[in-house]
Amino acid sequence: MTFWERNQLKLAPFFFLAPAILIFLIYVIYPIIDSIWVSFHEWNGMDKSNLKPDGTPNWKWVGFKHYIMLFTDDEEFYVSLFNNIRWLIFSLLAIPIGLSLALFVNQNITGMRYIKSLFYFPFVINAVVIGVIFTWFYNPRYGALTLVLGFFGLDPIPFLADENLATYGIIIASFFPGIAYTMILYITGLTGVNREMIEAGRIDGASGFTMLWHVVLPQLKPATLIAVVVTIVGSLRSFDLIAVMTAGGPWGSSEVLAYKMYQESLFNYRMGYGAAIATILFLIMDIYIAWFLYRLFKSEKTEK
Amino acid sequence: MFPTPIQNYSLKVNIAYRLLLLLTLVVWLLPLIAVMLTSMRTFEDVLAGNYWTFPEETALISNYTAVFEGGKMGRFFLNSLIITLPTVFGTLFLSSLAGYSLAMHRFKLNLLVFAMFIAGNFVPFQILMIPVRNISIEMGMYNTHIGLIIFHIAFQTGFCTFFLRNFIKALPFELIEAARADGATEWIIYRKIILPLIIPALAALGVLEFTFIWNDYFWALVLTQGDSVKPITVGLDALRGQWTTSWNLVSAGSVVAALPPVIMFFILQKQFIHGLTFGAVKG
Repeated sequence: MTFWERNQLKLAPFFFLAPAILIFLIYVIYPIIDSIWVSFHEWNGMDKSNLKPDGTPNWKWVGFKHYIMLFTDDEEFYVSLFNNIRWLIFSLLAIPIGLSLALFVNQNITGMRYIKSLFYFPFVINAVVIGVIFTWFYNPRYGALTLVLGFFGLDPIPFLADENLATYGIIIASFFPGIAYTMILYITGLTGVNREMIEAGRIDGASGFTMLWHVVLPQLKPATLIAVVVTIVGSLRSFDLIAVMTAGGPWGSSEVLAYKMYQESLFNYRMGYGAAIATILFLIMDIYIAWFLYRLFKSEKTEK
Repeated sequence: MFPTPIQNYSLKVNIAYRLLLLLTLVVWLLPLIAVMLTSMRTFEDVLAGNYWTFPEETALISNYTAVFEGGKMGRFFLNSLIITLPTVFGTLFLSSLAGYSLAMHRFKLNLLVFAMFIAGNFVPFQILMIPVRNISIEMGMYNTHIGLIIFHIAFQTGFCTFFLRNFIKALPFELIEAARADGATEWIIYRKIILPLIIPALAALGVLEFTFIWNDYFWALVLTQGDSVKPITVGLDALRGQWTTSWNLVSAGSVVAALPPVIMFFILQKQFIHGLTFGAVKG
């Protein structure tokens, strides 16, 4: 027996995992640590060892200064944070709407397969296209919304140009792919619902909403869980639609943390400040990551 | 069946249901119908505020040619393909290797490595942005296709490893034990036993990843600069500024940018939904 043959099972994990782990460490794990490190510095993104034209260094340790500034001296930060909370709460509406549509189309009639795909496919359309379409829809001069409002004798509402409405306008656009996604989840979930339990419920006189609440929904729990996790993560990640539809405006009113971070770092050259925002976003997300991992490993243990 | 099959109701209810279904579908697709119709309109037609009528004078060909010729959409489309396809194959290759190992090998750090891949998958992009951009610049990969490809492979490997590890874990372990007893090397087991068995999972992940990468906007924005590398998402966003109120051109561009994932979805719907709802039935 050669050395390789004897030790194969011990060495194999290393060779199989090395490429994936290596690339993941470089592009995901190291950047997280580096970003946190950058957040404690003032940095304009230029050569770290050089000086700015005014003689101060490009890279300077400032401790918790950025975090203190964010919480005490930056109104825009609170606007972004509250917008993230708005995104979080209102995006969840896609779940009951998706469930209702899923129940509505869960029938065996001719052609239903095709009708379902037509309901699903907005999910695969990218955010730029969705953003472009909805920007046009909201356009007070040329938009379809103005046309519809005009039909009812109402004045145009400049959704995206209004400080109080812009965020809601973007969230509504996000519903289009969002509802399609939850629909896909629930229709798949519904095909797995236990028929006997439904029949038993019918015999017991349950129907309509009672049946949905007591018999069907508990069985759809895995689908609901995934829908909630994906929607929450998606709402904290919201960036694309905002960048395309309002670029954070008007006057920063539709910014979220992700967008503010991008702006501060790449447009204002405040890398450290941007990194501090990213770190806060990361800490918020960690709550979900921890919860998800906890759940996963609990179920791993029970399987063994 | 829940809700009660519609066939159990009267004919009237059945007709009403079908009509309501069609109406809902039309309302649901209204924005997309408007875009498709507009992409066929002449500029004058657009200015006249026509949305829903079928265009009298179609400018289908001239709009789409204008988008490709004046608008560089051809270049952007090609960039998207150059970035997306290698990413999908690279990710599937790396994550199937890693997934096999995490599912079938016992070693101390197994669960820790697995947790790392899952956790990394949820991380907000912004915490990676500054360092990833710097790494790309330092390695001379800023504003190159390969820079985007390598980053996408790294990030997507997290999700795909998670998916494939669970899929492989559900395969019968005896199969691998038997092969090991016969003296097959780990590489042979991966090549000849595991790979053929996980083809459905690879197909599901493949279509999903294709869509994710094709639709990426953020990383393309952060890691590219000029027209030569930009994928179609960023390209469309930039062209929109040039076209301003030529909604017919904007619409045609949108259709082109959205089309590949949509076509893929309609052809490979089963795989797509399988990938998307992995864990939604039994979680």
